[in-house]
Amino acid sequence: MSTEKKRNKKKNRTIMRSVILLLLVAAIGYTIYNSVTADEVEVLKVGDPAPDFTLTDLDGETHKLSDYKGQGVFLNFWGTWCEPCIKEMPAMANQYEVYEDQGVQILAVNIAQSNFEVETFARQYGLNFPIVIDRDKSVMTAYNIRPLPTTMLVNPQGEIQRIVTGEMTEQDIAGFMEEIKPE
Amino acid sequence: MDKLICKCGHENPPGTILCESCGRPLNEQEQSKKLADMRYEGTARRSQTYNKSIIDKIWNFFSSVKIGVGIIVVLLVAAAVGTILPQKQYVPAATDADIEAYYTDIYGSVGTVYHALGFHDLYNSFWFIGLVGMLAISLIIASLDRFVPLYKSLKNQRVLRHSSFMRKQRILAEGPGEADTLKKAEEKLAELKYKVSTDKNGLLAEKGRFSRWGPYINHIGLIIFLFGVMLRMMPGFYVDETLWIREGETRAIPDAPGYVLESKGFTLETYTGEGEEEKFGEAIDRVGTVAKNYQTDVVLYKIPEGALPGDTADMEVVEEHAIRVNQPFKFDGYALYQMDFQQDELKTMSFALQNKETGESRGDLTIDLVNPETTYELEDGSVVELLGYYPDFSGFENGEPQTATPLPKNPGFLVKMTTPDTPDGETSFITIQNTVEPLGDNEYKLAFQGVETRDASGLTVRKDRTLPILGLGGLIFMIGVAQGMYFNHRRFWIQQQADGSILLAGHTNKNWFGLKKDLDQVTEHASLPAYRDQQEDMEAQEKGEGEQLT
Amino acid sequence: MTLADISSNLLYAAFIAYLIATFVFGGAVKGNKKGTYKSEQRWGKVAITITVIGFLAQLGYFITRWMVTGHAPISNMFEFTTAFGMTLVGGFIIIYALYKTAVLGMIVLPIALLIIAYASMFPSEVSPLIPALQTNWLAIHVITVVVAEGILAISAAAGLIYLLKVVDQKKKTKQRFWLEAIMYSLVLVLGFVVTSTFFTLTNYEADFAYVNKDGQPSEITYNMPAIFGMNEFEAMTDGAFTPLVEMPPIVHAGKLTTVFWSVMVGTVLYALIRLVFRKRISEMLQPFTKNVNLQLMDEINYRSIIIGFPIFSLGALIFAMIWAQIAWSRFWGWDPKEVWALVTFLFYAAYLHLRLGRGWAGEKSAWLAVIGFVIIMFNLVAVNLIIAGLHSYA
Repeated sequence: MSTEKKRNKKKNRTIMRSVILLLLVAAIGYTIYNSVTADEVEVLKVGDPAPDFTLTDLDGETHKLSDYKGQGVFLNFWGTWCEPCIKEMPAMANQYEVYEDQGVQILAVNIAQSNFEVETFARQYGLNFPIVIDRDKSVMTAYNIRPLPTTMLVNPQGEIQRIVTGEMTEQDIAGFMEEIKPE
Repeated sequence: MDKLICKCGHENPPGTILCESCGRPLNEQEQSKKLADMRYEGTARRSQTYNKSIIDKIWNFFSSVKIGVGIIVVLLVAAAVGTILPQKQYVPAATDADIEAYYTDIYGSVGTVYHALGFHDLYNSFWFIGLVGMLAISLIIASLDRFVPLYKSLKNQRVLRHSSFMRKQRILAEGPGEADTLKKAEEKLAELKYKVSTDKNGLLAEKGRFSRWGPYINHIGLIIFLFGVMLRMMPGFYVDETLWIREGETRAIPDAPGYVLESKGFTLETYTGEGEEEKFGEAIDRVGTVAKNYQTDVVLYKIPEGALPGDTADMEVVEEHAIRVNQPFKFDGYALYQMDFQQDELKTMSFALQNKETGESRGDLTIDLVNPETTYELEDGSVVELLGYYPDFSGFENGEPQTATPLPKNPGFLVKMTTPDTPDGETSFITIQNTVEPLGDNEYKLAFQGVETRDASGLTVRKDRTLPILGLGGLIFMIGVAQGMYFNHRRFWIQQQADGSILLAGHTNKNWFGLKKDLDQVTEHASLPAYRDQQEDMEAQEKGEGEQLT
Repeated sequence: MTLADISSNLLYAAFIAYLIATFVFGGAVKGNKKGTYKSEQRWGKVAITITVIGFLAQLGYFITRWMVTGHAPISNMFEFTTAFGMTLVGGFIIIYALYKTAVLGMIVLPIALLIIAYASMFPSEVSPLIPALQTNWLAIHVITVVVAEGILAISAAAGLIYLLKVVDQKKKTKQRFWLEAIMYSLVLVLGFVVTSTFFTLTNYEADFAYVNKDGQPSEITYNMPAIFGMNEFEAMTDGAFTPLVEMPPIVHAGKLTTVFWSVMVGTVLYALIRLVFRKRISEMLQPFTKNVNLQLMDEINYRSIIIGFPIFSLGALIFAMIWAQIAWSRFWGWDPKEVWALVTFLFYAAYLHLRLGRGWAGEKSAWLAVIGFVIIMFNLVAVNLIIAGLHSYA
């Protein structure tokens, strides 16, 4: 065998071995990365199209998310047992008065409570925006909602502009509505 | 390194111990040995041949059996360490802080150290997964390095081997033979299902060569299995959700878009120890109660194609099913498991509207705690109006009653009671423990009558697309193990010299006892010279020497 | 006599047969003149016949108990451990048929006796199956495992004989110490059996109230005089022996008391043996191994593992995973019992690689085989009784 051939063979061998080792190390690295970040996997991300749904409000009117295309939708998930949810409700009602005419719609999605509880609550706080009840938690599941409150800000194009978990101040709410207000 | 050229003229790759062609020992160390080193047929392990670049060094590291065994042992010890205290998933605490506190509270300083070292979640730690990964690398590289030369060597076996090779085999026979000895030996060996090939004055009989591939096949199985485990950690391959569903509830199944589940009821049965089960009486007396069945009866619905979440009007029933332990409910790649339950959650509460002084009742009412109504009209025109409902009453804040959860664990009701005696109505706030009359003393009260309860089922929602891969890996592993362990590779080399004398050598990768039984038959049939087991001879000799010394 | 009675009588019969066979095997081996096997051949036949009779009786126990309970009798500590004793003897009978080694019987049978005796210290009444066990996988998984463990244990017995022969009893070495430590631990098991039997026969019972590790009030019955008291214990039985030491809540003082008594009694027994015979136990056994063919013992050691390892992989890992997927929705959950099955698997994998790849045979292999048995016993005894998990039954 000529030295030329020998050198080629050696080079091929090194490349081959490097490739195999690199692949294996990459696979292991990826596995470790996946396992360490396992808890942080979110189904929905900012920029994703907001999953469409249809729910009925307290007056029996049906709200379909895609019907609000061209408007910003302030999608708030809440329950009467959740203290921060209760606190931000009046602020939302205030801002709704300002932004409703500018093309921002609030949909408050209650998580599977009874009509009585939701109605009493709405009456008590004088809420002016539509409240829908997600009776079988299918919208909650589709949006992968874990902590309450969670607010999904949907822009006029129907994409998720921002995901807010936890309580919002009235100032926050105004800022968010400004973000999703149609041009 | 240069090629090794044997006396027979064959060119061997550097690192070869026994000539690939004739079997002569190629280095001094091997020449001085009494028995040949037959592992991998004396071929050069590919990695040993070259040891130059850093890549070659890493490669050689993982190719070594010593390193492989080292990784196995470290893994074994690490796995065992993880069982000293329970892993975090078996600890009754949810948040990281609670888990940390639990280890300290229950196990003291040992628990604190255990947690601090990360042993509470040892099997998901980067270093444990890294170790498993190193084992996988070792499996792949070590197998590649050994399989290729072994395959070549066994494929190109020569019938005639050098006498020095044969004399270094563990089973050896030398002595006179007849003219038809080889022929008779061939007959008998063929009868014993050996594959016999002949060349000039010699023969090679071989059986069960495929068992030599067993280790490599089982390693392939293990690698496929580990690959499946790796895939499982990627999003989309694996769904693991918990669904708590109460009797009568309808819930969307998490991570199973379009599917909705209704619970018709949960059943817990225990052994009675009577009738058929009388034989279990003694055991039941000793331990108290023994569960016989956990079961949730469900109806599975599917939202029609194109319908949106929340649009439950046109749901179609897919199937009614009873989910039991060991009998998961499978549909469309998903499986629902009966995992947990919660009994006797409140469902309804009944009250009687009573005059506090006379105790006279104006009728009963039942409040559905899941879906309460606003007004309850009684027989004689009395009305109880529900002003507020707090399913899990937790106290007052700014004078407002609060609820801690949406579940009716501790229901509180704000009611207005109107009777012909009290046409203006009386307000009362009622909880299980007490009644508050915020607007002064009332004439009437709601007297607690009874409750109805319901059960909740804890179901696991599972989808695991890696199962077929894992199953395949397991199957291939078992085939490889059985092939390598339950079959043996046996070989005999026989040569007849010009003077008629016979030289016989035998080798097997394991079960020498079986090899000898075969050889006994051949020896008898072909009148071969008696054979010796050189290893036993060696040991007997060592022992003899030892005894002389003492 | 009911079927249940027949069943337990068959187990007694098996126990007695193994006991007799042990002595006949011992006599057979002892009777050998140096370098000959005549006595072994003649008396070996008698001994193996008795062993087979015992095995058939135990098989009868197993089958009749299956008929009585309606499920495979491997669902609790008593049943599983008894079955382990049976497969151990079964494995020995197969190896004897191949290799005619009387000395192996002399070691295996007493171990089987100890295991069965240990088993009978657990509640033995027929018990119903909890939902998680109500499936054919119970029989498939557990029987495969118990057969595999029986075969793997044979390798340890062969290893032990190898060590009894090669370890020099005249020199003070690590090997001599550890070999004797194995003998001592076998005596401790005997100590447990003796103690439990004594207090059961004398009907010792003392109830205590205590506060468990979750802070809940609980009650416990001691069947031996309480040396260690549970956390914040209070005696409920009049005149009960007052515990000497109170333990913190995570230590199960009741189990600790049992361990303490067993170790005490076992140690006294061991000391008596040493005093009476003035020899280490391994030293007393060594003469029995004078005719042992080391090559053969090494081969039995290796071959048992070769036969047992695939069965163990199939039963303790693959069948186990299939069942876990059906019952618990995941094939693997790092439950202690699962982990220790994996540890066992990895250990024997290491054994095989050391033997094939690095030429570890003979004495090294013998030590490894014995350690393998220790791991199996640890998984059977300690993991069930000490480490809490999904598999804690007993």
